[in-house]
Amino acid sequence: MIPPEFDYVAPESVDDVLAALRDGGEDAKLLAGGHSLLPLMKLRLAAPTLLVSLGKVPGLRGIERENGSWRIGALTRHADLQVRDELGVIATTAATIADQQVRNRGTIGGSLVHGDSASDLPTVLLALEGTVTLRGAGGTREVAAADLFQDYLTTAVQPDEVLTEIRLPSQDGWGGAYEKFTRRAEDWAMVGVLAAVKKGADGSCEDVRIGLTNMGSTPLRATAAEEALRGGGLDVDAIARAAEQAAEGTDPPADLNATSDYKRHLARVLCRRALEKAAAA
Amino acid sequence: MSATEERVSGNGHVGRRMRRKEDPRLITGRATYVDDMNLLGQLWCAFVRSPEAHAKIVSIDKSGAEARDDVFAVYTGDDLDLASGLPMAWVPPGVEVQTPEHWPLARGEVKHVGDPVAMVVGEDRYAVIDAAEEVLVEYDPLPAVTDPHAALEDGAPLVHESLGTNKIHEWSLGGGDLDAGFAEADVTIERTVVNHRTHGGAIEPRAVLAEDRAGDLTVWSSTQVPHFLRLFLALILNVSEERIRVVAPEVGGGFGSKLQIYGEEVLCAWAARKLARPVKWVETRSESMMAQHHGRDQVATVRIGAKRDGTVTAFHTKIVADMGAYLMLLTPVIPSLGAFVMNGCYKFPAVQTDIVGVFTNKMATDAIRGAGRPEATHMIETCMDQLAAELGLDPLEVRRRNFIPAGEFPYTTALGIVYDSGNYQGTLDKLLEHLDVDAFRREQEELRAKGIHRGIGFSTYTEICGLAPSRVVGPAGVGLQTGLWESAMVRVHITGAVTVYTGTSPHGQGLETSFAQIVADRLGVDPEQVEVLHGDTSTGPQGLGTYGSRSLSVGGEAIARATEKVAAKARAIVAHSLEAAPEDIEVQDGKFIVKGSPDKGMTLAEVAGAAYIPGDQLPPDLEPGLEETAFYDPENFVFPFGAHAAIVDVDVETGKVKVVRYLAVDDCGPAINPMLIDGQLHGGIVHAIGQVLYEQVVYDDTGQLVTGTFVDYALPTAAEVPSFELDRTETPSPTNSLGVKGIGEAGTIGASAAVVNATVDALRPLGVTELQMPLSPMRVWQQIQEAQA
Repeated sequence: MIPPEFDYVAPESVDDVLAALRDGGEDAKLLAGGHSLLPLMKLRLAAPTLLVSLGKVPGLRGIERENGSWRIGALTRHADLQVRDELGVIATTAATIADQQVRNRGTIGGSLVHGDSASDLPTVLLALEGTVTLRGAGGTREVAAADLFQDYLTTAVQPDEVLTEIRLPSQDGWGGAYEKFTRRAEDWAMVGVLAAVKKGADGSCEDVRIGLTNMGSTPLRATAAEEALRGGGLDVDAIARAAEQAAEGTDPPADLNATSDYKRHLARVLCRRALEKAAAA
Repeated sequence: MSATEERVSGNGHVGRRMRRKEDPRLITGRATYVDDMNLLGQLWCAFVRSPEAHAKIVSIDKSGAEARDDVFAVYTGDDLDLASGLPMAWVPPGVEVQTPEHWPLARGEVKHVGDPVAMVVGEDRYAVIDAAEEVLVEYDPLPAVTDPHAALEDGAPLVHESLGTNKIHEWSLGGGDLDAGFAEADVTIERTVVNHRTHGGAIEPRAVLAEDRAGDLTVWSSTQVPHFLRLFLALILNVSEERIRVVAPEVGGGFGSKLQIYGEEVLCAWAARKLARPVKWVETRSESMMAQHHGRDQVATVRIGAKRDGTVTAFHTKIVADMGAYLMLLTPVIPSLGAFVMNGCYKFPAVQTDIVGVFTNKMATDAIRGAGRPEATHMIETCMDQLAAELGLDPLEVRRRNFIPAGEFPYTTALGIVYDSGNYQGTLDKLLEHLDVDAFRREQEELRAKGIHRGIGFSTYTEICGLAPSRVVGPAGVGLQTGLWESAMVRVHITGAVTVYTGTSPHGQGLETSFAQIVADRLGVDPEQVEVLHGDTSTGPQGLGTYGSRSLSVGGEAIARATEKVAAKARAIVAHSLEAAPEDIEVQDGKFIVKGSPDKGMTLAEVAGAAYIPGDQLPPDLEPGLEETAFYDPENFVFPFGAHAAIVDVDVETGKVKVVRYLAVDDCGPAINPMLIDGQLHGGIVHAIGQVLYEQVVYDDTGQLVTGTFVDYALPTAAEVPSFELDRTETPSPTNSLGVKGIGEAGTIGASAAVVNATVDALRPLGVTELQMPLSPMRVWQQIQEAQA
């Protein structure tokens, strides 16, 4: 509960942040909301020698609509997301993260870079096919969600890069729902399923996206279930049949609360529930 | 004379929902906990703890830590010059209890994860925690045993090689003719009932600050038992007791976890003397998960025999109690406390409990809220439902047919325990005034048709608390090496303000308020004028602390008795001044008046003036001053009781159980402060719901602690529980003049079976007939799958 010794700087521009990261070497770490990094430090599972705070860099917090998508600053708090109804399932998912105190401090950028497959926002980014903007000494690059999450707590973000912005497609015309299964309200998802459904004029499934939380070392797409539904009907039976394939191809690690089999079972149940809600939305 | 007639009505503060006097300082952050205190020249310490469940210590290299400028000393077990190890206070007559040495720092071997191996003392908290990582301990791992049944098998790894066995003791309590009872039974059912291991979870972790000035040792500790701590520090450190002062300042909860003499307390005091500098330690949460004593961890085989009408003829329980690696203060006696109430609230004619204690490579168990009685009640009340199901009877009807009738108290159970008072039918009837079971059954049917599985479960309980009559539990009785009386001192100041000293040691219960209410009524003052001091061995008479729901029924009674002595002297002074007879003086509207002449009277301040400035008003045969002390050793325990009902919804697709309604009617005698009773019940019921649905201390097969943080050890929050619907009946106890019974543990004792029974009720149509705690979603789902298969 007491972290090892570390230095702390709070630069006031992204360029200065990058310089501090470079100077700090491989044991320098970026600090955003601190709700993933600081607990790890206190448990002595992480021991960075330098924390580079993003807190004083202007312009990294905010939500803007631009050309049919949302631009969200990396330091935007979960609490900022949860109150924006027009964000649809992005907002409702953010509202399920931990408790209000955590949501008041935790940031979307921090959550994505941390890359915990039990976290909710990586699933949002992956399922909704968002992208992130990374700035490094060599310039700026855009990385698609599918390329961002590489392994357990491992993302494509390089140690000398800063995630500055997230882009998520607008949810206009889509219905979405996130079914998160926890023991307690504040817990990480035992399993979570995000479903987004675009209905055609005839009520059929024009398009569908299904994301899975905590079903592997990264967030996952339930592609088999998506394919089963895409272009077909959205009646209860069709949804139930598709949801049966929600865990197809997954090999979730067992943990204290759930065996792999139970997680796969939960994924199927939650997928059906999420799809039903998304189709009704 | 009955307790009711003896009740003092006074100024009407007793019985009032008075807000807690202690809350303003607590909620504005002005209270002083140990961690708020710092002394000049203070050092900090940290502990190096075993990462192994069982290992020989090959070597300890302190050099890295010692080389640091900010480290003053690094101690290991070999450095300690203690007169004795840590205490275990139970010596049951005629029973052999295998009691290993237990030193504050391991000597030669570690026995569980978290076992302290070295102590680092240094300049500040950061320094010592960093330095502790630089103490290099080489371990030679030994086989660990974590399952108590496996530990009893031949050839199992021995936790303590020198004892030659993992069996700690065998202890039995029985009464009535068990064989005849089972022979007479039409049905006999046998069930396994698991009460899994839990953690206390007090919000304030342990904290100690020790200082030695010229041979006078002061220890501030977050403890429930400051006087016991002083006594044992004197014995262990070989320091004369009058040179030691122990203070429990504000204590942020205990739930039994601070009813202990911990090695860390001893070590801080020892190092403070050794280094002649104050030494402070504040536990981290990770440490508290692994190194505060745990609770429960009993596996019972319960056999119940009954006639076809539901009348129970015999009740036999065999308990295997996993007690962890060491015997701490009360470790082996905890299951026995449950054995005392194995009759429940029923006329079971034959009852027996056989207990086997077992060592495993885990943290020791000891008292956690309820301490043995929640386990016992869970066994009884889940089995009563099982019996009802077996016989095809209504579970409430089975209970009614076995209740001890209200007219038969005091009632001597088959075990020879005398239940002081009770009206079990009364609490159940009142519960059912709030709950239409027939309407629920109709609703349940309708919901099932919609796929919603709702269930209802009941628990009717009584428990044994108000620890304790010394003659029963002391050395000559059960064998605890202490008396269990309580003391009080009531001092009226010259202004009429009052200070009360209690030997109990409140740590969040609100006793400063209820105690002030008791005193205020008897002395005709406002409770705001009554200061209640506690937890400091230097400010009052000897005391014994707070646990076992004893503070009000034992400590409060001592206060009432001391206050009564003060009031008697006050009446004598008033009678002398007003030329009346002392027996004609009574308290009314804030004054001591002559009966029938409310205009003639004296306030307590006026009485105090007469007592402290002796003149004509002080009767010549009275000493000056106005303060009195009382020691009270109860004649009997007290036996609160109640009827609880839980309504749960089970998501049968996922196994998740949610408590949607919880009703309880409890009886702890006449209320001193109904709001405090509600508060204790809220906390107590949540504690039980936590055990049933969320909390479990888990060790893996190698003895590693899996639930080392509050992420994995799932304490329930407000989001997980419904609003409680509480009501009370008031059946006075004849044991004390207040008529009161304890309520701090009753909610926890009564509630767990109701939730489990409700879950089984919800799932019965799916073929589920019994469930073991914890009812985690996966376990419930798996049991549904098994029932369906």
